[in-house]
Amino acid sequence: MTKGQKRMEVSEGELDLFVNETSEGPQELLPKQGTPLEEFYVEEGYVLRVPEGEGVDLDEVDFDSIPEDETMIINMGPQHPSTHGVLRIMMELDGETILRSKPVIGYLHTGMEKTAEMLTFMQGSTNVTRMDYLSPLNNELVYSMAVESLMDLEIPPRATWIRMLMSELNRISSHIMWMATNGMDLGSTSMMIYGFRERELILGFLEKVTGLRMNHNYIRPGGVAADLPDGWYDDVEAICETIPFRVEEYQELLTGQPIFRERVEGVGVMTQEQALALSATGPILRATGVPWDLRKTMPYLYYDQVDFDVIVGSVGDTYDRYSVRLNEILESVRIVEQVVEKMPTGEYKTLDRKVTPPPRARIDESMEALIHHFKLHTEGYRVPAGENYVAIESPRGELGCYIVSSGENRPYRVHVRAPSFVNLQSLPVMLHGGLIADSVAVISSVDPVMGEVDR
Amino acid sequence: MSENLDIDHSVVFVRRLEYLNFVQTLRSQGFEMCADLTAVDYLEFKERSLPKDVEAQRFEVVVNLLSLSKGKRLRVRVQIPDDDPWIDSIFREYPGSEAMEREVFDLFGIVFKGHPDLTRILMPEGWEGHPLRKDYAPGRVPVQFKEVKRTR
Repeated sequence: MTKGQKRMEVSEGELDLFVNETSEGPQELLPKQGTPLEEFYVEEGYVLRVPEGEGVDLDEVDFDSIPEDETMIINMGPQHPSTHGVLRIMMELDGETILRSKPVIGYLHTGMEKTAEMLTFMQGSTNVTRMDYLSPLNNELVYSMAVESLMDLEIPPRATWIRMLMSELNRISSHIMWMATNGMDLGSTSMMIYGFRERELILGFLEKVTGLRMNHNYIRPGGVAADLPDGWYDDVEAICETIPFRVEEYQELLTGQPIFRERVEGVGVMTQEQALALSATGPILRATGVPWDLRKTMPYLYYDQVDFDVIVGSVGDTYDRYSVRLNEILESVRIVEQVVEKMPTGEYKTLDRKVTPPPRARIDESMEALIHHFKLHTEGYRVPAGENYVAIESPRGELGCYIVSSGENRPYRVHVRAPSFVNLQSLPVMLHGGLIADSVAVISSVDPVMGEVDR
Repeated sequence: MSENLDIDHSVVFVRRLEYLNFVQTLRSQGFEMCADLTAVDYLEFKERSLPKDVEAQRFEVVVNLLSLSKGKRLRVRVQIPDDDPWIDSIFREYPGSEAMEREVFDLFGIVFKGHPDLTRILMPEGWEGHPLRKDYAPGRVPVQFKEVKRTR
């Protein structure tokens, strides 16, 4: 049975939901909230449903017999500089207009969820940090929070504030990185250079704190790996002073520039209903006007103690997604400033020696500390059996971690709800009816990180 | 399933045959988004704690629904037997579950009935086996690099 026949069969079973006698054909009698997008798909055909591996031998094609109005399927990627990695998009084109498209993923699949089952809980954060390589600290945060929720572990206030500081700085660097690549996709090379310059400012600080520019493995179950270094205050202050000033420059360079606006305004429009139905989160959802930010609506860490605004757009086009991200940088700076003010003194990780290793100096003095250190780094700690789902707001949307423990020292299953993976589904809707030249802007506006998509 | 579900707990166990109806009810009661859909293979962890009326099966499909209006999350857990792993697709209620269901099909081999395009998403199309199953041994598929000349 072909796919078309299947779909017919399904809709026949649903016929009692329709009224057949209207002038415009059958109409659905459901409240607007309950309208599934399937109907849109069938009618307008956003998503291309063809096998991924099919090819045509050009020698066997009889070009004279091809009708004038035949559409063409071409592949964009996986090796294309504007697809942000190894994203491949099959597009059905009518001339230059995109009719249907299909994101093809999996080129970077490395089985990280399977790997996570073989690492101890302590080693797990080295694994998850490599998923979304532009905001590694958020990945570590959600994993650590999931593990802690199973253990009922309280972490000290300073550790929580450090986590907030780091994850907000990471959000700034991720958004700035997006600004840079987005600028490059749209032909603004200066934006790329500027973006990388500012990102380096933040990565320099992250390196100072964690020892690494990326893949930090800094936030771990039980707290953070190390305390903030001496002089961190000055560095953060420098960042908070520089970034808003530089954002002003971006405003001048991009926001106020007619060529940029022409390329992004009204391109890749997505409505609120579509975004909700397609489970899009993060800046994509907020650009359509839904004020949904997990930091505000379901606060975690101490986000309920800081003052910030949720940025929303109105139209849901590429420009809105751009300005949501741009303004979120400023909001994150606001949060960072408040975090710096409120940063308490105290422990940076829990003192439960069954979870976090003792300080290096203690190992030389105490036999018990040595044993704890040895046990933690060889066997690891055991987490009570259970399962939980924890979600945070990553720069790309809802980043969730579903973790199952069987009471062993390794997680039984770790699933990461990657925002990019889910957000990619909205690409066909955004691309539909647009020009192929705009597809670059639209793909960029989704901000996919392929390491996270394929995991 | 009663029409007015009073949900104050965040985890609900549903039987496979009632699953689609249950999700439809939730959809009409303000759970606007399917935040996440995944599965777990409980082959090596059979003694897990479940409510008394739930019969443990090998697979479990876990659906995370999100209500933006109520600010609530709900986790729906469905038991799927080993010998006949299928479940209804919720694509028509939540089109956003499309890629997630494909992922579960790809990595666990659970068939979603009514899904418009149930093909592999992460693994190559011709791949054999479902990698996240517990009895799938990594490295079982021999990787042979043909015609590699030995330099030494």
